[in-house]
Amino acid sequence: MARQLVLIALGVFLACRAGSAPGADPADDPDASPQWQQVRAALFGSRPIAVATPDVLTLEAPYRAEDAAIVPIALRSRIEQSQARYVRTAWLVIDGNPSPLAGTFHFTPESGRADLETRVRVEQYTFMRAIAELDDGSLHMATRFVKASGGCSAPAAKDPAAAAANLGRMKLKVDDTGEPRRAQLMVSHPNTSGLAMDQITRLYPTARFVRQVTVRYRDKPVLIADVDFSISENPSFRFLFRSDDGGDLAAEVVDTDGRTFESRIPVGSTGEGA
Amino acid sequence: MTRSGAGSLSLRALFAVLCTAGSLAALSPARGSDVAPLEVTESAAGVFVHAGVHEETTSDNLGDIANIGFIVGEKCVAVIDSGGSPAVGRALAAAVRSRTSLPVCYVINTHMHPDHVFGNAAFLDAAPRPRFVGSVQLPQALAARDEHYRAALAAALGTSSDSLRLVPPDLLVDAPLRLDLGGRVLSLQRWPTAHTDNDLTVFDETTGTLWLGDLLFDQRIPSIDGSIKGWLEVSARLRELPARQVIPGHGRIAPPWPATLDTQTRYLEQVVARVRDALARGLTLQQTVEASDAADASAWRLAEGYHRRNLTAAYAELEWE
Repeated sequence: MARQLVLIALGVFLACRAGSAPGADPADDPDASPQWQQVRAALFGSRPIAVATPDVLTLEAPYRAEDAAIVPIALRSRIEQSQARYVRTAWLVIDGNPSPLAGTFHFTPESGRADLETRVRVEQYTFMRAIAELDDGSLHMATRFVKASGGCSAPAAKDPAAAAANLGRMKLKVDDTGEPRRAQLMVSHPNTSGLAMDQITRLYPTARFVRQVTVRYRDKPVLIADVDFSISENPSFRFLFRSDDGGDLAAEVVDTDGRTFESRIPVGSTGEGA
Repeated sequence: MTRSGAGSLSLRALFAVLCTAGSLAALSPARGSDVAPLEVTESAAGVFVHAGVHEETTSDNLGDIANIGFIVGEKCVAVIDSGGSPAVGRALAAAVRSRTSLPVCYVINTHMHPDHVFGNAAFLDAAPRPRFVGSVQLPQALAARDEHYRAALAAALGTSSDSLRLVPPDLLVDAPLRLDLGGRVLSLQRWPTAHTDNDLTVFDETTGTLWLGDLLFDQRIPSIDGSIKGWLEVSARLRELPARQVIPGHGRIAPPWPATLDTQTRYLEQVVARVRDALARGLTLQQTVEASDAADASAWRLAEGYHRRNLTAAYAELEWE
C-alpha cells in the first residue's frame, strides 16, 4: 500500500507517462516477484538458475521506454555455438504483462550465436528477464528493470484498419557482411491481445497473434520462436545464422488463426524476400 | 445572446481553494453553480477558447493542458473538446453558462486523447442532453484504450479509475457533416490517419474559424500517435482550406496561419528524414533513438518527453517503406 501511495505521488510528476496500474519498483527484490515465482515453478520447477555472466547471456532493454507499445529488447550470448557448447533455448519473461512468458526461442549450432532482437509491449513498470538453457542443461538468467506502461501510449494499434489491410506482408533481409550473418524478419500483423474489452459490444475480441516463427538456412533450423501478444504489433526479429555462402534463408510464420506466411531469400545477396 | 463572465477563476486557483477546504471536491460531482468558470477568450464573434498549459496532466492542473472551448449559435452551443478531466469539463460547462443561457446541443471531440475527452462526462447530465460527436473511428479507438486512459488519469490525479468515464460519441462523422446551431453552421470533417486515426476538424462558416484539434500543435511538441506520413499528407490539404483563423489543439489561440502549420511540417519532415537516413544506414530502432539529436526538437516545449518517442513511432512506420 505504501508503494502505491509513492507511485501515486510520482504520478503527479510523471502524469501520462506514469501510466496504468502501479507495477513493480526497481528497488524490489527481482527474485521475490510473485509473477516470476509462478513462471519459474511452471517452467523450471526447482532447477537451479545461475545469475548469467555476460559471456553466457545479457539482456538489453531501455530503463525507460519511449513507447510502451514498442520497446526494443535484445538478448545476446557471446558463446560461439558449436556441438560442444551452445545455447539451446532462451525464454523472455516480462513479469508485469498479462501473459508474462513473451517468447521461447530455440537455437541450434547453426545459429552461430544466440542473439536476438525484438520489440515488446510492456504493460507496467516491471522486471524483465531472459533465461538461457545451455546444451548441458544449466540455466542462466539476466534481469533488467523497465519503466514503461500503457497510459498515453496504450499498447494498442495506431491504425487498426491499415494493420488489417497489410496483414501477412513480410520482409526478410540478410546483411551480407560478416559471419555469423545478421538477418531480420518483419511480419505485418496486428498481434492483438484480445485483452482490451470492446466498450461498445462489452465483448473481448479474439486474440490474434503470431505464435510461431521458424527460420531455416539450407532447410536446417537456425531459429524457432514460440511467441505471444507481448511481442509488438508487426513483429520484428533480428537474429544470427552461420552461412557458407549460397543457399536460401526461409522463414515460416504461423498465427493463432492457423494462417501461414512464408518468405525466402537467397543468401549471398542483399535485399528483400518475397 | 452572450454576456461576459463575472470574475473567472483559473483552474489552479480553484483547486487551491478546494484543497484549502481539505477536500477533493474537484473530483466529485459538484453542483453546476458551485464551479468556477474556465477562463476563455473570444477569438472571433461567438467563438470562445481556453488555452491549456504546456504540462503533463497532474493533480495540480487537473488535465487542463489542451485548448478547448465552445461556439455559440442562436439556438444552442457546440462544445469543442472537453478537457482532460471531469473537473475541467465542469469548469468549461460553467464558462458556457457564464457566456450564454443557451443549452449545449453538441459536445464534439477532435480525437481520442485524454486531455480532449475526459471532460465529456461533465455534460452527460445536462438537460437536454447534448449529442456527443466524433469521427466514425473514435468509438473503437476509445474502447481499445479505455482501461489504460482511465488508469493513467487516475494515477495522475490520485483518484480511483472507477470514478472516471470515457463518454464515446453517439453521433458519428464519416462523410462531412454540417451541424446547425441556429443561424450558424459548423462543418465537420474527418481525416485519414494523421495525428491519430480519428482526427476531426470543425469549421465555423460564420467566422471562418478552423478548429484543428491536435492536427496542429503550436509551441508544444507534436506527438505522433497515428501516421507521420499521413499527417504530412493531411497537413498539405489543411493548408489549402479557406481559414481566416485556426485553433490548434495546443499553443496560442489563433496563431499565424499557415506559418504555424509550416513550423510543424518542418519538424515532422525532419523526423522522417532522420529516420529514413538511419534505416538506409542499417541502424536498429534502439540505435536510431540513441543517435537522436536533441537540437532537432529544442524549439518545442516538452520535447524531452516526446521527441524520442516520435522517432520510435516514425521508425516503426517507415521501416515498411
